[in-house]
Amino acid sequence: MSGLGVWNYLIIIFLMMTGFYMVISSSNLIKKLIGLNVFQTSVFFLYISFGYIEGSAGPVYVEGVDLYSNPLTHVLILTAIVVGVATISVGLALIIRIKESFGTIEEDDLHKMDSSL
Amino acid sequence: MNNHMILRVVGKFLIPYIMLFGLYVQFHGDFGPGGGFQAGVIFASAFVIHTLLFGVRETQKIAPEWILKAVSSAGVLLYAGVGVASLFLGANYLDYDVLGAYPVAGQHLGIILVEFGVGLTVASVIMLIFFTFAARGEVDGDVS
Amino acid sequence: MLMHLPVLVVLAPLLGAPVVALMRGSTWPWVLSTLLSWFSLLCAVLLLVQVQSQGLVIYTMGGWEAPWGIEYRIDFANALLLVLITGLASVVLPYARLSVEQEVGTERAPMFYAALLLLTLGLCGITATGDAFNIFVFLEISSLATYTLIAMGRDRRALTASFSYLIMGTIGATFYLIGIGFLYVMTGTLNLADLAGRLPAINESSTVRTAFAFIVTGICLKLALFPLHLWLPNAYTYSPSAVTALLGATATKVAVYVLVRFVFTVFGIDFSFGMEPLAEVLIPLAVIGLLSASTVSITQPNIKRMLAYSSVAQIGYIVLGIAMGTAMGLTAALLHVFNHGLIKGALFMVLGAVMYRMGGTSLSDMQGLAKTMPLTFWAFVIGGLSLIGVPLTVGFVSKWHLILAAIELGWWPIVIAILVGSMLAVVYVGRVIEAGFFGEAKDPTRREAPAGLLIPVWILIFANIYFGIDTRLTVDIAEAAAAQLMAGGIVR
Repeated sequence: MSGLGVWNYLIIIFLMMTGFYMVISSSNLIKKLIGLNVFQTSVFFLYISFGYIEGSAGPVYVEGVDLYSNPLTHVLILTAIVVGVATISVGLALIIRIKESFGTIEEDDLHKMDSSL
Repeated sequence: MNNHMILRVVGKFLIPYIMLFGLYVQFHGDFGPGGGFQAGVIFASAFVIHTLLFGVRETQKIAPEWILKAVSSAGVLLYAGVGVASLFLGANYLDYDVLGAYPVAGQHLGIILVEFGVGLTVASVIMLIFFTFAARGEVDGDVS
Repeated sequence: MLMHLPVLVVLAPLLGAPVVALMRGSTWPWVLSTLLSWFSLLCAVLLLVQVQSQGLVIYTMGGWEAPWGIEYRIDFANALLLVLITGLASVVLPYARLSVEQEVGTERAPMFYAALLLLTLGLCGITATGDAFNIFVFLEISSLATYTLIAMGRDRRALTASFSYLIMGTIGATFYLIGIGFLYVMTGTLNLADLAGRLPAINESSTVRTAFAFIVTGICLKLALFPLHLWLPNAYTYSPSAVTALLGATATKVAVYVLVRFVFTVFGIDFSFGMEPLAEVLIPLAVIGLLSASTVSITQPNIKRMLAYSSVAQIGYIVLGIAMGTAMGLTAALLHVFNHGLIKGALFMVLGAVMYRMGGTSLSDMQGLAKTMPLTFWAFVIGGLSLIGVPLTVGFVSKWHLILAAIELGWWPIVIAILVGSMLAVVYVGRVIEAGFFGEAKDPTRREAPAGLLIPVWILIFANIYFGIDTRLTVDIAEAAAAQLMAGGIVR
């Protein structure tokens, strides 16, 4: 389906696992959020590479071109990007308020304050 | 960033063109690549540059928070309102065909209005998010 | 207007949210959002009636036929869920006014009601739509609204609860997105009915199997199946009372619906249970979940947290019903989705009333409540009996069906697990009732909760009793829904 062989998928899986590992392993809330963003973005790449067809042009009508990439995946990901932006903004806003009320954004320190967190 | 003459001049020079490009992407969206999401973000980025150059307070004089809130709600209502209009004209929700004299004209009008609503909301929400973060912990209204 | 019902249910909160967000004070936003939720409920009930006569209601967005356009596809399962969501919203919103003024504050009230409407919009949208990607978008709308609503709780721990839900919820939604991507690349369609038609031909493919794994795992994170439930107890405990009531009653139930929709309609029962080890994975998790969460409930000093763990246990019962893979099990699961929504909505609202008068929901606040706040306390007693599954309440109806479904399969250990779970419920509900009757009231001068809180609570309590005695309506609909879902594939 794509002229890249499986390279695109390998890169996506690498990104996906990097992001996922960051979410799980970091104690810092902002690093967690960055990891989450990398994880989401890797899925965006996944969709966009789904839509690519070898030798195809961008999905804009041009005289004399009859092979276009699939524009639907782009549209879907545009929506997903908006969702991602909203999620990250809410997350950052929460981190700011956590910092204000707890005085720290390190998960380990938060656990020390209250083991139920 | 008050001391950086070159940045100020170049930035000021760019702002109107960024806005113009945003409007182009917005209203060319029914013929070529473009649409409300992208246009809204581009348009908002002009204000972000303005903030970086002159500080949050100056920018918020041009685009106060209550106007942005009103515009973001108005955008959603415009989007939903187009759908309601087609309901009242006897078609399904968001069926643009009935909005114009003939289906193609209706589709044209419908998509422009809907994308305009999306653009309004995206631009104002991006600015609101940016101001919310940028205006925190400010002493003199200068983020630099 | 009757043909537009599927979209009107979703449209009312969509139109209301931006208007409410611009209002000031707390009264007018409350009036408008309450009226809109009643309108949505009216539409949902009419829709259910329509489904009962037609079997299936299809609504194409913008007049674009599926699979090119997005369609809303309502059968018995969605119609039942829509009534549950809008019904709970219609009870929680009138109730919210007093508790929001106290717990959230007048200044933030408009944003609170706007977020609550967006939550309702998202949940209704997930339920109504027949498009896989549309489900993702609505899922994120409802989740984002939930994160902000949880963070509005008074306790500062609400912030960390909201943040961990944000992380877990986003991972769940992204897993779902990956799964949908795989399905799209294999079939070229995102329409659920269309997917169901095309998948059987290619279900040997490992991509489809991976997609199934991703989708099920992602949704299980959202529905808080043990051991993916870690976000739930804190999120429920620290969010404002009205939010806990709505979330506890509807949010996880909608995720259950998505799971049912994918397992039975999209992938089909032969694939999910025949080719994939769905039952073998879900049943142990459900049983461990319902037993361990019930046990943990017993030791919780905070009653809100106790009920939150109990919710994890109830999800165990529901998933157990789904994992049986039979029509009776599915009927029991759908019944329990509806009935547990009524039970937990009522119980969390009672706790909101306790919070309003006593300023807390720990066991010591419940001491001697039978004397100081008798109406509130009796509501808790009836709700608690319903949670245990005492006859003449809704809790009994769904547990009875679940046990019948297990007996039908001859799964006696499961029957015992369900009974043990109910015994544990007797213990954790019982200790609260004991404290209420025999405990020494902390402050005997406290008065009964105001009528604005009590009336919605008692409406739900009466619903608990009514649907426990007159089971025709709910059982018929759940059976019809299960029959439609078991028929698998495409419902025409």
